[in-house]
Amino acid sequence: MSDNTTIASYKRLEDRSKITNLLLRWFLYFILILFASYFIFPLYVMLVTAFKTMPEIRQGNLLTWPSQLNFESWAVAWGGRGYGAGDTFLRPYFWNSIKMVVPAVFFSTFIGAMTGYVLTKWRFKGDSWVFLFLLFGCFIPYQAILLPMARTLGVLGISNSILGLVVVHSIYGIPFTTLFFRNYYVSIPNELIKAARIDGAGFFKIFFKILLPISTPIIVVTVIWQFTQIWNDFLFGATFSFGEAAPIQVALNNMVLSSTSVKEYNVDMASAIIAGFPTLIVYVLAGKYFIRGLTSGAVKG
Amino acid sequence: MIALKIQDLSKNFGSTEVLKKINLKIDEGNFLVLLGPSGCGKSTLLNIIAGLETIDEGTVFIDDYDVSKVEPKDRNIAMVFQSYALYPSMSVKENMVFGLKQAKASKEKIEEQLKKFSNFLHVDELLNRKPSQLSGGQRQRVAIGRALVREPRIFLFDEPLSNLDAKLRVEMRREIKKLHQKLKTTVVYVTHDQTEAMSLGTNIAIMNHGIIQQYDTPENIYNKPNNTFVADFIGSPPMNLISGQLVKEANKTLFIPEGSGQSNNITIKNYNFVKTQDENSKDVYFGIRPEHIHYKKTNDNDIEFNLKTDLNEYIGHEQITTFNYFNQEVLGKFPSTIKIETNKEMKLFFDLSQISIFDKKTNNRI
Repeated sequence: MSDNTTIASYKRLEDRSKITNLLLRWFLYFILILFASYFIFPLYVMLVTAFKTMPEIRQGNLLTWPSQLNFESWAVAWGGRGYGAGDTFLRPYFWNSIKMVVPAVFFSTFIGAMTGYVLTKWRFKGDSWVFLFLLFGCFIPYQAILLPMARTLGVLGISNSILGLVVVHSIYGIPFTTLFFRNYYVSIPNELIKAARIDGAGFFKIFFKILLPISTPIIVVTVIWQFTQIWNDFLFGATFSFGEAAPIQVALNNMVLSSTSVKEYNVDMASAIIAGFPTLIVYVLAGKYFIRGLTSGAVKG
Repeated sequence: MIALKIQDLSKNFGSTEVLKKINLKIDEGNFLVLLGPSGCGKSTLLNIIAGLETIDEGTVFIDDYDVSKVEPKDRNIAMVFQSYALYPSMSVKENMVFGLKQAKASKEKIEEQLKKFSNFLHVDELLNRKPSQLSGGQRQRVAIGRALVREPRIFLFDEPLSNLDAKLRVEMRREIKKLHQKLKTTVVYVTHDQTEAMSLGTNIAIMNHGIIQQYDTPENIYNKPNNTFVADFIGSPPMNLISGQLVKEANKTLFIPEGSGQSNNITIKNYNFVKTQDENSKDVYFGIRPEHIHYKKTNDNDIEFNLKTDLNEYIGHEQITTFNYFNQEVLGKFPSTIKIETNKEMKLFFDLSQISIFDKKTNNRI
């Protein structure tokens, strides 16, 4: 008899916990959906606005789906209207940004990898101080280096040029990339380097043949990080370049702010999406590695 | 011929002295084990022999040639590491031939060596795999293979079995022993595991605090430890060290255990003192290994005791019993076939032919 009552009470408890779990689960989903929409909403507005015509936008229905997909605003944002003066469009600046971002990402990543390698595998006296000072670089605000950097670029004769921006971004990226690579290489056993030294490999051979091939996760992390930073940078671009040498974020700003006549919201939105597109692509292509690279790091055996 | 000689070697890391005036010699074909607790400097010594660490003072000779300033790759050595240290991005084959390629060996030579040693170590079927696709034992085998293909003068092993599970460790231990028997190459092997050291080494150097405590054959290290550190480090359970006094009387030497109140003593006979004892009384440790305490008389050197059992640990093939000897713990090791009851008096025989006596002040054997 006592057995039956025990079973019954267990059953009651089980039912109750089932209901509680279900309620909590729904509450969780509700919260998640709420936050997700909060983040997706602006993107949605941008997208639908970019595809609308100006008359449709003027009707004021921010959220409605465009009556028909209008690609003209995208064409205008990318290639302009075709008349001469005052026509700002993104195409040349997009390529400016590509020309800036590719070498800058490459150099900052490469130098960071080398520095991280030296700081972990070829320790020298005072190396922790070097690392500490490099870390300081991560915390120096952009504004603080504007004037000295402008002067330096002037002296070097590369102000207002893509090359100048490449140099600035490469240097400014080194503290971050070094931090990434150093933390990754710290987890790789030093015995690997010892083994390679006994096998007769030197400084560069060990780096290129043994460490780099197992650095893919952290390279991807660094590239994504640097690409996003450099591509989205406005301050350095606006300060150290103008006119034809400007990167896309500066051009976007000029385009949106300097419209003399009517505000063309659809073109503005299309431009903003184009300007943000490459970082999106990088994330989609390499996002998987991004998470993996941030969380893991240890290479066993 | 002396394959490796280390002379007055010292090494500091900052202000810590890791190695203090190390002197060591090993004949060709011998198996030298550096044994000691962690932090005793044994791995540093091995790294110095390999050329991976710099020397502060002293010299390292390989084949009578001073290699103190020679690069690791030119020392004609090969090393096997605890973490295997296989190059993760390379296949087993690439791992094994990496050194030969760096040394710019000919293609035929590389192929020949690879074939010979992959066969020898039974890794021929793994040649195209990546290290991550291998089990621990296979990885260690490949790591050994990578060392073998270069046919070095000296093999250096840095705790190669520590990462393996117990069963595999015993298997690999036997394989390393076989390997050495076959190849007869000089080996320097670092470990903290005394069983490994005893079973593999032809010579063992026991280290502690950067000093070699004893450098001898396994038999001597076990039976005639130089000091209390060696006596305590080797053997499981370690040697019993009974504290007491050594007293000289007219024509005999007596050991009086502490707390016995002079009434009880052991007459020391047939003991080879390192040098003649002049003092009339001396504070000493009386050392006897647990397996030299018997439950029945085995030879004429045995003396009889009646001791109370405090604790009995049954381990299958044997049992370890703790006795109370004038409030000092004494451990005995017996076959598991006999019946031992705790908290009872038991008749015991100490084999006096197997004892060691240490000076309490210096901790050295006397």
